[in-house]
Amino acid sequence: MPDSVTPADQIGLAAREAQAAVQPRDAGSWAAKVDRLAVERRDGVRGTNVAGRRLTGPVQGFGKMWEKTYSLNAGSTVTPRDAIATWKAHFPEFWPKGNRFAGALAGISPGDVALLDLAIGGGVKLSTGVFVLYADEESFTLMTPQGHMFAGWITFSAERPAEATVIRAHVLMRANDPLYELGMTFGGHSKEDRFWAQTLTALGTFLGVPDPQVETHSTCVDNRRQWKHAKNIWHNSMIRSLLQTPFRGRRTRT
Amino acid sequence: MGEPAVSMDVRQAGGSVAVVDVKGEVTAACEPVLMSAYEEASSGGAARVLLNFAGLEYMNSGGIGMLVTLLVRAGRQRQELAACGLSEHYREIFELTRLDEAIAIYVDEASALADAVM
Repeated sequence: MPDSVTPADQIGLAAREAQAAVQPRDAGSWAAKVDRLAVERRDGVRGTNVAGRRLTGPVQGFGKMWEKTYSLNAGSTVTPRDAIATWKAHFPEFWPKGNRFAGALAGISPGDVALLDLAIGGGVKLSTGVFVLYADEESFTLMTPQGHMFAGWITFSAERPAEATVIRAHVLMRANDPLYELGMTFGGHSKEDRFWAQTLTALGTFLGVPDPQVETHSTCVDNRRQWKHAKNIWHNSMIRSLLQTPFRGRRTRT
Repeated sequence: MGEPAVSMDVRQAGGSVAVVDVKGEVTAACEPVLMSAYEEASSGGAARVLLNFAGLEYMNSGGIGMLVTLLVRAGRQRQELAACGLSEHYREIFELTRLDEAIAIYVDEASALADAVM
Protein backbone atom coordinates (compact mmCIF):
# COMPACT_ATOMS: atom_id res chain seq x y z
CA MET A 1 0.00 0.00 0.00
CA PRO A 2 1.49 3.41 -0.96
CA ASP A 3 2.29 5.77 1.93
CA SER A 4 -0.13 8.40 0.68
CA VAL A 5 -3.24 6.17 0.99
CA THR A 6 -5.04 6.21 4.33
CA PRO A 7 -6.71 2.95 5.33
CA ALA A 8 -10.52 3.02 5.19
CA ASP A 9 -10.96 2.26 8.89
CA GLN A 10 -8.78 5.25 9.79
CA ILE A 11 -10.85 7.48 7.53
CA GLY A 12 -14.00 6.23 9.26
CA LEU A 13 -12.48 6.90 12.67
CA ALA A 14 -11.43 10.39 11.66
CA ALA A 15 -14.92 11.12 10.33
CA ARG A 16 -16.53 9.90 13.56
CA GLU A 17 -14.13 11.97 15.65
CA ALA A 18 -14.81 15.04 13.53
CA GLN A 19 -18.57 14.52 13.92
CA ALA A 20 -18.22 14.11 17.70
CA ALA A 21 -16.17 17.28 17.85
CA VAL A 22 -18.94 19.34 16.23
CA GLN A 23 -21.79 17.93 18.31
CA PRO A 24 -23.41 20.74 20.32
CA ARG A 25 -23.30 20.50 24.09
CA ASP A 26 -27.01 19.62 24.27
CA ALA A 27 -26.41 16.44 22.23
CA GLY A 28 -26.37 14.15 25.27
CA SER A 29 -29.48 15.74 26.77
CA TRP A 30 -31.90 14.88 23.97
CA ALA A 31 -33.40 11.44 23.39
CA ALA A 32 -32.45 9.69 20.18
CA LYS A 33 -35.11 9.78 17.51
CA VAL A 34 -37.82 7.14 17.82
CA ASP A 35 -40.78 6.49 15.55
CA ARG A 36 -42.77 4.26 17.91
CA LEU A 37 -42.33 3.51 21.59
CA ALA A 38 -40.94 0.22 22.81
CA VAL A 39 -41.48 -0.78 26.44
CA GLU A 40 -40.52 -3.50 28.87
CA ARG A 41 -42.77 -4.90 31.57
CA ARG A 42 -42.55 -3.08 34.90
CA ASP A 43 -43.80 -4.22 38.27
CA GLY A 44 -46.76 -2.43 39.81
CA VAL A 45 -48.34 -1.08 36.63
CA ARG A 46 -50.48 -2.61 33.92
CA GLY A 47 -48.29 -1.20 31.17
CA THR A 48 -50.82 -1.13 28.37
CA ASN A 49 -51.50 1.52 25.67
CA VAL A 50 -47.85 2.50 25.23
CA ALA A 51 -46.00 -0.07 23.10
CA GLY A 52 -46.07 0.81 19.42
CA ARG A 53 -47.56 4.28 20.02
CA ARG A 54 -46.15 7.40 18.43
CA LEU A 55 -45.25 10.48 20.44
CA THR A 56 -47.64 13.42 20.28
CA GLY A 57 -46.72 17.07 20.71
CA PRO A 58 -49.04 20.07 20.81
CA VAL A 59 -49.05 20.09 17.00
CA GLN A 60 -50.75 16.67 16.91
CA GLY A 61 -53.36 17.35 19.63
CA PHE A 62 -57.05 18.15 19.21
CA GLY A 63 -58.15 20.63 21.88
CA LYS A 64 -57.37 24.21 22.75
CA MET A 65 -53.70 24.77 23.46
CA TRP A 66 -52.82 25.60 27.04
CA GLU A 67 -49.63 26.76 28.68
CA LYS A 68 -49.58 26.18 32.42
CA THR A 69 -46.88 26.94 34.93
CA TYR A 70 -46.75 25.67 38.51
CA SER A 71 -44.04 27.42 40.55
CA LEU A 72 -42.62 26.85 44.00
CA ASN A 73 -40.24 29.20 45.77
CA ALA A 74 -37.77 26.79 47.36
CA GLY A 75 -35.74 29.41 49.24
CA SER A 76 -32.02 29.99 49.18
CA THR A 77 -30.68 26.79 50.73
CA VAL A 78 -31.65 24.49 47.83
CA THR A 79 -29.66 24.89 44.62
CA PRO A 80 -31.36 24.38 41.23
CA ARG A 81 -29.14 21.34 40.52
CA ASP A 82 -29.95 19.74 43.88
CA ALA A 83 -33.65 20.35 43.34
CA ILE A 84 -33.63 18.68 39.90
CA ALA A 85 -31.39 15.82 41.03
CA THR A 86 -33.81 15.11 43.89
CA TRP A 87 -36.84 15.37 41.64
CA LYS A 88 -35.33 12.97 39.10
CA ALA A 89 -34.27 10.46 41.75
CA HIS A 90 -37.60 10.43 43.61
CA PHE A 91 -40.03 11.44 40.86
CA PRO A 92 -42.78 8.83 41.55
CA GLU A 93 -42.73 9.46 45.30
CA PHE A 94 -44.04 13.01 44.92
CA TRP A 95 -47.11 12.02 42.92
CA PRO A 96 -50.51 12.20 44.63
CA LYS A 97 -51.69 8.93 46.19
CA GLY A 98 -53.39 6.43 43.88
CA ASN A 99 -51.21 7.23 40.84
CA ARG A 100 -48.24 5.15 39.79
CA PHE A 101 -45.18 6.03 37.73
CA ALA A 102 -42.93 3.13 36.81
CA GLY A 103 -39.76 4.52 35.27
CA ALA A 104 -36.43 2.97 34.43
CA LEU A 105 -34.32 1.78 37.34
CA ALA A 106 -31.61 4.29 36.46
CA GLY A 107 -33.95 7.22 37.09
CA ILE A 108 -34.87 9.73 34.41
CA SER A 109 -32.63 9.73 31.35
CA PRO A 110 -33.25 10.82 27.75
CA GLY A 111 -35.06 8.12 25.80
CA ASP A 112 -36.56 6.33 28.83
CA VAL A 113 -40.20 5.32 28.68
CA ALA A 114 -42.15 5.34 31.95
CA LEU A 115 -45.41 3.50 32.39
CA LEU A 116 -48.24 5.21 34.27
CA ASP A 117 -51.39 4.06 36.04
CA LEU A 118 -53.51 7.11 36.81
CA ALA A 119 -56.53 7.04 39.11
CA ILE A 120 -59.63 8.16 37.21
CA GLY A 121 -62.26 7.08 39.72
CA GLY A 122 -64.48 4.05 40.19
CA GLY A 123 -61.45 1.87 40.79
CA VAL A 124 -60.37 2.28 37.18
CA LYS A 125 -56.77 3.12 36.36
CA LEU A 126 -55.94 4.90 33.14
CA SER A 127 -52.94 3.07 31.76
CA THR A 128 -50.59 5.18 29.66
CA GLY A 129 -46.96 6.34 29.62
CA VAL A 130 -44.50 9.15 29.04
CA PHE A 131 -41.23 9.46 27.15
CA VAL A 132 -38.21 11.32 28.53
CA LEU A 133 -37.57 13.75 25.69
CA TYR A 134 -34.84 15.83 27.32
CA ALA A 135 -32.88 15.79 30.56
CA ASP A 136 -29.97 17.87 31.83
CA GLU A 137 -28.86 18.95 35.29
CA GLU A 138 -31.36 21.79 35.60
CA SER A 139 -34.39 20.48 33.74
CA PHE A 140 -36.10 17.47 32.21
CA THR A 141 -39.01 17.11 29.82
CA LEU A 142 -41.59 14.37 29.39
CA MET A 143 -43.55 13.92 26.15
CA THR A 144 -46.81 12.01 25.82
CA PRO A 145 -47.76 9.14 23.48
CA GLN A 146 -50.92 8.68 21.42
CA GLY A 147 -53.91 7.96 23.66
CA HIS A 148 -52.65 10.00 26.62
CA MET A 149 -55.06 12.63 27.98
CA PHE A 150 -53.05 15.34 26.35
CA ALA A 151 -50.63 15.79 23.49
CA GLY A 152 -47.65 17.83 24.57
CA TRP A 153 -44.84 17.99 27.02
CA ILE A 154 -44.10 18.90 30.60
CA THR A 155 -40.81 20.50 31.51
CA PHE A 156 -39.61 20.35 35.10
CA SER A 157 -36.96 22.93 35.83
CA ALA A 158 -35.24 24.89 38.55
CA GLU A 159 -33.41 28.18 38.38
CA ARG A 160 -32.24 30.94 40.65
CA PRO A 161 -33.28 34.27 39.12
CA ALA A 162 -32.39 36.16 42.33
CA GLU A 163 -31.81 35.04 45.92
CA ALA A 164 -34.12 32.05 45.90
CA THR A 165 -34.42 28.90 43.80
CA VAL A 166 -37.68 28.61 41.87
CA ILE A 167 -38.85 25.13 40.91
CA ARG A 168 -41.32 24.85 38.05
CA ALA A 169 -43.49 22.41 36.16
CA HIS A 170 -44.35 23.89 32.78
CA VAL A 171 -47.03 22.22 30.67
CA LEU A 172 -47.65 22.90 26.97
CA MET A 173 -50.58 20.81 25.81
CA ARG A 174 -53.74 20.17 23.86
CA ALA A 175 -56.29 17.55 24.88
CA ASN A 176 -55.59 14.61 22.61
CA ASP A 177 -59.13 14.03 21.31
CA PRO A 178 -62.72 15.37 21.63
CA LEU A 179 -63.58 13.14 24.59
CA TYR A 180 -60.55 14.28 26.57
CA GLU A 181 -61.30 17.90 25.57
CA LEU A 182 -64.75 17.53 27.08
CA GLY A 183 -63.23 16.04 30.21
CA MET A 184 -60.61 18.78 30.49
CA THR A 185 -63.28 21.47 30.08
CA PHE A 186 -65.51 19.98 32.78
CA GLY A 187 -63.11 19.49 35.65
CA GLY A 188 -60.02 18.01 34.02
CA HIS A 189 -58.00 21.22 34.09
CA SER A 190 -58.66 21.84 37.78
CA LYS A 191 -57.86 18.19 38.53
CA GLU A 192 -54.58 18.56 36.68
CA ASP A 193 -53.83 21.80 38.54
CA ARG A 194 -54.37 20.01 41.86
CA PHE A 195 -52.17 17.11 40.72
CA TRP A 196 -49.13 19.28 39.98
CA ALA A 197 -49.68 21.56 42.98
CA GLN A 198 -49.70 18.49 45.23
CA THR A 199 -46.60 17.12 43.48
CA LEU A 200 -44.64 20.35 43.93
CA THR A 201 -45.80 20.65 47.54
CA ALA A 202 -44.54 17.12 48.22
CA LEU A 203 -41.21 17.94 46.56
CA GLY A 204 -40.92 21.14 48.60
CA THR A 205 -41.63 19.28 51.82
CA PHE A 206 -38.98 16.67 50.92
CA LEU A 207 -36.46 19.45 50.26
CA GLY A 208 -37.22 21.00 53.66
CA VAL A 209 -39.07 24.07 52.37
CA PRO A 210 -41.19 25.42 55.24
CA ASP A 211 -44.89 25.70 54.27
CA PRO A 212 -44.40 25.23 50.50
CA GLN A 213 -46.81 27.34 48.43
CA VAL A 214 -47.43 26.63 44.75
CA GLU A 215 -48.42 29.36 42.31
CA THR A 216 -50.43 28.30 39.26
CA HIS A 217 -50.59 30.29 36.04
CA SER A 218 -52.66 29.12 33.05
CA THR A 219 -52.96 30.72 29.62
CA CYS A 220 -54.96 29.54 26.64
CA VAL A 221 -52.40 30.02 23.87
CA ASP A 222 -54.71 28.91 21.07
CA ASN A 223 -58.48 28.66 21.50
CA ARG A 224 -59.00 26.83 18.22
CA ARG A 225 -59.60 23.12 18.17
CA GLN A 226 -57.81 21.04 15.54
CA TRP A 227 -60.69 19.01 14.14
CA LYS A 228 -58.40 17.22 11.71
CA HIS A 229 -57.03 15.41 14.78
CA ALA A 230 -60.44 14.34 16.15
CA LYS A 231 -59.64 10.82 14.95
CA ASN A 232 -57.03 10.59 17.73
CA ILE A 233 -59.92 9.17 19.75
CA TRP A 234 -59.12 5.78 18.24
CA HIS A 235 -56.10 5.57 20.56
CA ASN A 236 -57.92 6.96 23.65
CA SER A 237 -56.27 5.21 26.60
CA MET A 238 -59.17 5.95 28.94
CA ILE A 239 -61.64 4.01 26.78
CA ARG A 240 -59.08 1.26 26.25
CA SER A 241 -58.24 1.12 29.97
CA LEU A 242 -61.93 0.72 30.78
CA LEU A 243 -62.20 -2.14 28.31
CA GLN A 244 -59.01 -3.68 29.72
CA THR A 245 -60.26 -3.54 33.32
CA PRO A 246 -61.96 -6.72 34.58
CA PHE A 247 -65.47 -5.95 35.84
CA ARG A 248 -64.60 -6.97 39.43
CA GLY A 249 -61.57 -4.70 39.32
CA ARG A 250 -63.73 -1.68 38.58
CA ARG A 251 -65.52 -2.03 41.89
CA THR A 252 -62.34 -2.48 43.91
CA ARG A 253 -60.91 0.80 45.09
CA THR A 254 -57.14 0.90 45.62
CA MET B 1 -32.87 34.18 34.33
CA GLY B 2 -29.72 35.54 32.62
CA GLU B 3 -29.46 37.43 29.36
CA PRO B 4 -30.20 35.11 26.44
CA ALA B 5 -27.04 34.24 24.48
CA VAL B 6 -28.75 34.56 21.14
CA SER B 7 -29.15 37.02 18.30
CA MET B 8 -31.96 37.03 15.75
CA ASP B 9 -31.41 39.35 12.81
CA VAL B 10 -34.20 39.90 10.33
CA ARG B 11 -33.84 40.41 6.60
CA GLN B 12 -36.36 40.59 3.78
CA ALA B 13 -35.45 37.99 1.18
CA GLY B 14 -37.55 39.36 -1.61
CA GLY B 15 -41.05 38.37 -2.54
CA SER B 16 -43.06 37.56 0.52
CA VAL B 17 -40.35 35.86 2.57
CA ALA B 18 -38.65 37.26 5.64
CA VAL B 19 -35.59 35.48 7.04
CA VAL B 20 -34.68 35.38 10.72
CA ASP B 21 -31.01 34.44 11.26
CA VAL B 22 -30.90 32.56 14.57
CA LYS B 23 -27.42 32.56 16.11
CA GLY B 24 -26.43 31.22 19.52
CA GLU B 25 -28.52 29.45 22.15
CA VAL B 26 -32.26 28.91 21.87
CA THR B 27 -33.96 28.46 25.24
CA ALA B 28 -37.19 29.67 26.79
CA ALA B 29 -35.21 32.73 27.99
CA CYS B 30 -34.96 34.08 24.46
CA GLU B 31 -38.73 34.27 23.89
CA PRO B 32 -38.79 38.12 23.92
CA VAL B 33 -35.95 38.19 21.34
CA LEU B 34 -37.73 35.69 19.08
CA MET B 35 -41.12 37.40 19.33
CA SER B 36 -39.55 40.78 18.60
CA ALA B 37 -37.76 39.33 15.55
CA TYR B 38 -41.01 37.71 14.43
CA GLU B 39 -42.87 41.04 14.68
CA GLU B 40 -40.17 42.74 12.64
CA ALA B 41 -40.29 39.94 10.06
CA SER B 42 -44.06 40.21 9.83
CA SER B 43 -44.19 43.98 9.59
CA GLY B 44 -43.42 43.89 5.87
CA GLY B 45 -46.38 41.60 5.20
CA ALA B 46 -44.36 38.40 4.77
CA ALA B 47 -46.44 35.34 3.96
CA ARG B 48 -43.59 33.05 4.99
CA VAL B 49 -41.13 33.48 7.84
CA LEU B 50 -37.98 31.43 7.38
CA LEU B 51 -35.94 30.65 10.48
CA ASN B 52 -32.33 30.12 9.45
CA PHE B 53 -30.71 27.94 12.11
CA ALA B 54 -27.26 27.73 10.50
CA GLY B 55 -25.82 29.59 13.51
CA LEU B 56 -27.64 27.53 16.14
CA GLU B 57 -25.25 26.37 18.88
CA TYR B 58 -27.55 25.03 21.57
CA MET B 59 -31.25 24.34 22.10
CA ASN B 60 -33.08 22.83 25.05
CA SER B 61 -36.68 21.68 25.38
CA GLY B 62 -37.73 25.19 26.42
CA GLY B 63 -36.56 26.39 23.02
CA ILE B 64 -38.70 23.81 21.23
CA GLY B 65 -41.71 24.85 23.31
CA MET B 66 -41.15 28.44 22.28
CA LEU B 67 -41.23 27.45 18.60
CA VAL B 68 -44.64 25.86 19.17
CA THR B 69 -46.05 29.12 20.53
CA LEU B 70 -44.50 30.97 17.59
CA LEU B 71 -46.20 28.48 15.27
CA VAL B 72 -49.58 29.29 16.83
CA ARG B 73 -48.92 33.00 16.44
CA ALA B 74 -47.96 32.57 12.79
CA GLY B 75 -51.06 30.44 12.20
CA ARG B 76 -53.28 33.21 13.55
CA GLN B 77 -51.82 35.57 10.94
CA ARG B 78 -52.09 32.91 8.22
CA GLN B 79 -48.33 32.89 7.81
CA GLU B 80 -46.22 29.86 7.04
CA LEU B 81 -43.26 29.05 9.26
CA ALA B 82 -40.26 27.32 7.70
CA ALA B 83 -36.77 26.37 8.90
CA CYS B 84 -33.44 25.86 7.18
CA GLY B 85 -29.80 25.33 8.06
CA LEU B 86 -30.49 22.72 10.75
CA SER B 87 -27.65 20.34 11.52
CA GLU B 88 -28.49 16.64 11.50
CA HIS B 89 -28.75 16.71 15.30
CA TYR B 90 -31.35 19.51 15.35
CA ARG B 91 -33.20 18.11 12.37
CA GLU B 92 -33.66 14.88 14.32
CA ILE B 93 -35.02 16.87 17.27
CA PHE B 94 -37.59 18.50 14.98
CA GLU B 95 -38.57 15.02 13.80
CA LEU B 96 -38.63 13.53 17.31
CA THR B 97 -40.91 16.28 18.60
CA ARG B 98 -42.91 16.09 15.35
CA LEU B 99 -42.48 19.82 14.79
CA ASP B 100 -41.45 18.95 11.25
CA GLU B 101 -45.11 18.16 10.53
CA ALA B 102 -45.98 21.83 10.98
CA ILE B 103 -42.77 23.63 10.11
CA ALA B 104 -41.42 22.98 6.60
CA ILE B 105 -37.73 22.10 6.77
CA TYR B 106 -35.22 22.89 4.04
CA VAL B 107 -31.57 21.99 3.78
CA ASP B 108 -30.49 25.56 3.16
CA GLU B 109 -31.82 29.03 2.54
CA ALA B 110 -31.47 28.81 -1.23
CA SER B 111 -33.79 25.78 -1.48
CA ALA B 112 -36.30 27.39 0.91
CA LEU B 113 -36.41 30.56 -1.18
CA ALA B 114 -36.61 28.62 -4.43
CA ASP B 115 -39.60 26.70 -3.07
CA ALA B 116 -41.26 29.96 -1.98
CA VAL B 117 -40.92 31.36 -5.50
CA MET B 118 -42.48 28.24 -7.01
